[in-house]
Amino acid sequence: MAVSWDLLINAVLSGLLLGGFYAAVAVGVTIAFGMLDIVNIAHPAFIVLGAFIAYWLNSSYGIDPLLASLLAAPFAFLGGRALYRLYYYAFERRGEESLQGLAFFFGILFIVEVSLLLHFGVDYRTVEAAYIGPSVDLPFSLSVPLRLLTPLLVGLAMVLAIQIFLSRTFIGRAILAVSQDPGALRMVGGNPVKVKEIAFGIAIATAIIAGALLIIIQPVEPSVGREFIGRVFAICVLGGMTSLAGTVLAAMILGVAESITTTFWGPSWAPAVAFSILLITLAVRPSGILGR
Amino acid sequence: MNDLSRREALGLIGPALLATTLPLHAQSGQSLKIGFGMALSGGLAAGGKASLIAYQIWADDVNAKGGLLGRKVELVHYDDQSSAATVPGIYSKLLDIDKVDIVVSGYATVPTAAAMPIIIQRGKTFMSLFALAVNDKFRYDRYFSMLPAGPEAKYAFSRGFFELVATLDPKPQTVAFTGADAEFSILCLEGARENAKKIGLKTVYDRSYPPNTIDYTPIVRSIKAANPDIVFYASYPPDSSGLIKATHEVGLSARMLGGGMVGLQFAALKTQLGPMLNNIVYYEVYVPEPSLQFPGIEQFVTRYRERAAKEGVEPLGFYLPPFAYAEMQILEAAITAAGSLDDAKIAEQLRTKTFPTVVGDLKFGAGGEWAEPRILSAQFQGIVGNDVEQFKQPGKQVVLWPAKYKSGELKVPFEPIKR
Repeated sequence: MAVSWDLLINAVLSGLLLGGFYAAVAVGVTIAFGMLDIVNIAHPAFIVLGAFIAYWLNSSYGIDPLLASLLAAPFAFLGGRALYRLYYYAFERRGEESLQGLAFFFGILFIVEVSLLLHFGVDYRTVEAAYIGPSVDLPFSLSVPLRLLTPLLVGLAMVLAIQIFLSRTFIGRAILAVSQDPGALRMVGGNPVKVKEIAFGIAIATAIIAGALLIIIQPVEPSVGREFIGRVFAICVLGGMTSLAGTVLAAMILGVAESITTTFWGPSWAPAVAFSILLITLAVRPSGILGR
Repeated sequence: MNDLSRREALGLIGPALLATTLPLHAQSGQSLKIGFGMALSGGLAAGGKASLIAYQIWADDVNAKGGLLGRKVELVHYDDQSSAATVPGIYSKLLDIDKVDIVVSGYATVPTAAAMPIIIQRGKTFMSLFALAVNDKFRYDRYFSMLPAGPEAKYAFSRGFFELVATLDPKPQTVAFTGADAEFSILCLEGARENAKKIGLKTVYDRSYPPNTIDYTPIVRSIKAANPDIVFYASYPPDSSGLIKATHEVGLSARMLGGGMVGLQFAALKTQLGPMLNNIVYYEVYVPEPSLQFPGIEQFVTRYRERAAKEGVEPLGFYLPPFAYAEMQILEAAITAAGSLDDAKIAEQLRTKTFPTVVGDLKFGAGGEWAEPRILSAQFQGIVGNDVEQFKQPGKQVVLWPAKYKSGELKVPFEPIKR
């Protein structure tokens, strides 16, 4: 297909919108996997849980899905902390976090999925909000669907808020410290377990918010989360594991690459191009784009 | 207690025995087991659960009538998790441990195909439910398909669409295709390309997308840039939703738009998309139009809805449940006519007889597919708001093709909603 400027600009814009959503989905993995070395393979299941919480509050009480996710986030934070405690006492404390921990989170993934299935059933669920449906027309034939613009804005705001928290608060700096050297943190009187517990709680809270963004974009059923496992971990690795800015950058790169490929060469090539970028980047820069 | 004379004892026991046999007249102690795997979790679970309800309604009906061959019918089923990997184990267990008398397939193509090797090995008669062209490769003579696609399945889902395109004046010149890289979409697109070629349409866009695609706007923009007269989508539920939303967001208009879109038959997507569906031409298997009023269908749908409401399953019940119920009606009639559970005899009945069901009189033809295909081309018309009740009424999903079941006129063009 011939490259037209209109299509190219729209493709880049679509990619950035998609990247914003990817960033929101992957930021929790960057915290848990990149910073805390916890292979939380159940992260996509928590995203779907967030989507169903948004659906439940939206369909039962008419609450906006984004507001619903913000209401649920504190509970998710507490739940995440409890889950980390369980993981710590069962595996991490005994140095058995690698394979057993992975199996643990696989189990959590299935438990969350089956619980959703039993409670909400198997149908695709959707939400209603004023920003689902309309588009905003911009100059140069640009058109921005609000159901994609909203996740971009919320995703970026969420990452920015976490970045400020990590860099400007005592607990935030402790989380960065524990990601670099838990032993050193312990030597200066910090408690790595408690810090990791808080960080893991934040990661789960971000998953719940990302879930609301997901159900704004597309209908959701309980097993849909499995489709995101590869993508979210790829973004985390491409971004440099511990870097939130790297996560956003990687998400945007994958989003734009997928969108341009879809527009000009066909959607079937999009995942291949995206993962080729990952492989090439890791070959040239094994620590990822902004990894140290 | 006073001693009873033999006559008095008989006088008491006789009516008691009669009373126990009368309501379930010929039911003997051993139940007749019908085994199957069914998608009760995973991506196919929405259809699987709805089908299971239909099977259960049939089992209740047949047991109320005294069972089958004088035995109470018992359904033995396991969750195949929508995965082909679980299916061989399930059917081995059903046949070797549960010792079921009859096996039928679960819902959809992949689990059915996965069951075929073991079914063929054991020589079982096998009825499938909405499995697409599974027997094209196996050529198994005891396979019978409950899917209105007929022996040329890949053409069936687009034949009506392109026959309608051919009626447009002036004649459309160009067509765009897109669909998922998954079995139904691939097959549907293959048939659609050939059906489009037959009426002389020039293809200006033809690309597939991976099943986990999230944003469909780049695809729809590319289609819009190609400026086709006709747009044909072959999609699964999440993509059907994404494609239709993107079509309106991008502002893609066409003389006719739609195609082989899975999901538009279910209440979840109908209510979610609402007015965005207007003028989309899609495939259906049953809608509540006056031209499709078969004996018993309304009563069945009413009973299905009562159960579905309690179990939180698809509330409309048009797509799969009537066909699942009809499948069991056919099986019941074939077993009764065969007078035994011998697979060869049952298969012979299924091959030769015409069966009255809630979805009309059915007969199997080549490869165990329906002798007379009946994939309908329907069009959403006059959809207002997102209320589910409107989809239960006639005139909202109008049948356009085939002529035998036509209930309204085609409305063109398809125009996106301006927001």
